[in-house]
Amino acid sequence: MELTKEKKKKMLFDMMFIRRFEEEAGKMYGLRKIGGFCHLYNGQEAVAVGTVAAMDLTKDYILTGYRDHGFAIACGMDPKAVMAELFGKVTGSSRGKGGSMHLFDEQKHFLGGNGIVGAQIPIATGVAFAQHYNETGGATAVFFGDGAIHQGAFHESLNMAKIWNLPVIYACENNQFGMGTNFKRVSSVEEFSIMGASYGIQGRKVDGMDVLEVYKAFSEALDSARHGLPVLLDIRTYRYKGHSMSDPQKYRTKEEVESYRKHDPILIFQDRLMADKVIKESDVADYENQIESLVAEVVAFAESSPEPALPTLFEDVYADAYPLASLRQGGF
Amino acid sequence: MAIITYREALNRALDEEMARDPSVFLMGEEVAEYDGAYKVSKGLLAKYGPKRVIDTPITELGFTGIGVGAAQVGLRPVIEWMTHNFALLALDQVVNNAAKMRYMSGGRFKMPIVFRGPNGPAEFLAAQHSQSFASYWAHIPGLKVVAPAFPADAYGLLKSAIRDDDPVVVLEAEMLYGTSGEVPDEETLVPIGKANVLRTGSDVTLISFSKPVRYCLEAAAELDKEGISAEVIDMRSLRPLDMARVYQSIEKTNRAVVVDEAWPLASVGSHIAYAISHDRFDLLDAPVELVASHDVPMPYNHQLELEVQPGVKKIISAVKRVLYLE
Repeated sequence: MELTKEKKKKMLFDMMFIRRFEEEAGKMYGLRKIGGFCHLYNGQEAVAVGTVAAMDLTKDYILTGYRDHGFAIACGMDPKAVMAELFGKVTGSSRGKGGSMHLFDEQKHFLGGNGIVGAQIPIATGVAFAQHYNETGGATAVFFGDGAIHQGAFHESLNMAKIWNLPVIYACENNQFGMGTNFKRVSSVEEFSIMGASYGIQGRKVDGMDVLEVYKAFSEALDSARHGLPVLLDIRTYRYKGHSMSDPQKYRTKEEVESYRKHDPILIFQDRLMADKVIKESDVADYENQIESLVAEVVAFAESSPEPALPTLFEDVYADAYPLASLRQGGF
Repeated sequence: MAIITYREALNRALDEEMARDPSVFLMGEEVAEYDGAYKVSKGLLAKYGPKRVIDTPITELGFTGIGVGAAQVGLRPVIEWMTHNFALLALDQVVNNAAKMRYMSGGRFKMPIVFRGPNGPAEFLAAQHSQSFASYWAHIPGLKVVAPAFPADAYGLLKSAIRDDDPVVVLEAEMLYGTSGEVPDEETLVPIGKANVLRTGSDVTLISFSKPVRYCLEAAAELDKEGISAEVIDMRSLRPLDMARVYQSIEKTNRAVVVDEAWPLASVGSHIAYAISHDRFDLLDAPVELVASHDVPMPYNHQLELEVQPGVKKIISAVKRVLYLE
């Protein structure tokens, strides 16, 4: 399917917005408005946006790990609810109970936001199992990092996806570092795409800094998955920021990060769209202005939202009210 | 009322629930073509076909996670672990995903999934295949845990578990699959979270679940011959615990012996004993006794393995201690 000009503009806007949202999240973290583990998506925007552009989220699903802000926004989650969740506010998408790593929106078919490395891979395989079971025609894309690909959960999932012909795309978002470890130090192979071969699954390497390349690769992978042939993608990307906010990044040089910034996915796409006369230079400035006011609105919403009331901590444990007297009178 | 085995009771529950709801499916190792390692799924493949009765590779973590994902988008998976010993490979999916999905999403998802399989000491199986993991699951908020001791409860609790919108772990007692008991002919649900008083008495309350419940009944019969009247409570559900029913009994007997075949440190039994001591301290005429397994891995030798576990003699001895007769 050829992308329309309008859709390309929307993709650029979303990438720019995600970048700016993450910069703001980093700033708010520095101000201690956000705590805990906070994994930023700067540099990887083309992956989320290119993927979502290819998918039909009325029937398809997306899951990712804990570096999930970019996907949450790309899937169409309300950025106010996302920022409020990072702030731990009751207006957050998980009512302040999930935080940065646990963003979900069942309406937008975004199933998290999963904190244990690689554990989302069997879950996604189960979502694809349900799509197959119910014959919905939908497919599921699951993202995980180059650290997660060595988990047993990945290998067990590929095997079952293949024997049951599940509509699933396994997408390794290879940003080249599992926390502080260069992926080449801990992998028996450097080309992850060949790992699918052990399970009879087609693998493919994708340039994750080029949003149109990601879109194309996903469109083709979806076509395969919808026909019961799962796919493995090794998407090469790069994160500009540390693993999480507490990462001093001693494992790589500033020069290396700078060299990747020259291949910035947003700049590449802007240049392409200008060359193709889809946008003008002034459009970029317009987007920046719109994004500035949107981000200000998002932060103001998070700031002004109330904290969750203490009794809400017993809500959402079970479908019914938490059985307070079951452990001890009056609970603990 | 028909007399059927514990195994047949579980099979009947699965059969009825699969017939009732097309979103229920059974997945696990050897559940389909082999009819189940313990024959609980016997005949279900023939009746419901390979779409709903699914043999998996030996990948507990993987297929348990597949169940979690399927439940997250609305199916009702029943995941069979060949035994709870092997479920340790799947702990992450149960503890970190199934149990917490509702909570960490702020209530956006339900998690209607059942994890089931044999648990607890069996015979001649040694350390890795003969142990109780009740406290592993009972420790986790977000899970429900049931441990039936009789065919009627196995039937009624499994049906309730399948219909529940929260994840339920079913601890089936490996040694009880072949035991028989009455099960109502008409469809019956046993509510999760309700204890059952199996025998009324006035001198002491015996509290247990799963296989040792039967030892408690035997001990109570023996004690009766000595003029000691024991009330026996089968907890049936370990999460939530029906402590209210336990307290009702303690208010009458003022003495309690808790029997749990798991190891004693941080067990369901040790928690029940603590809760009684804390909540009914003023009513107790003696310290609450806990009869647990010895704190060792299970040995292979039969004499040794019997010595490890709670049995009738140990229960009688504990009763006599709370009555100050020993």
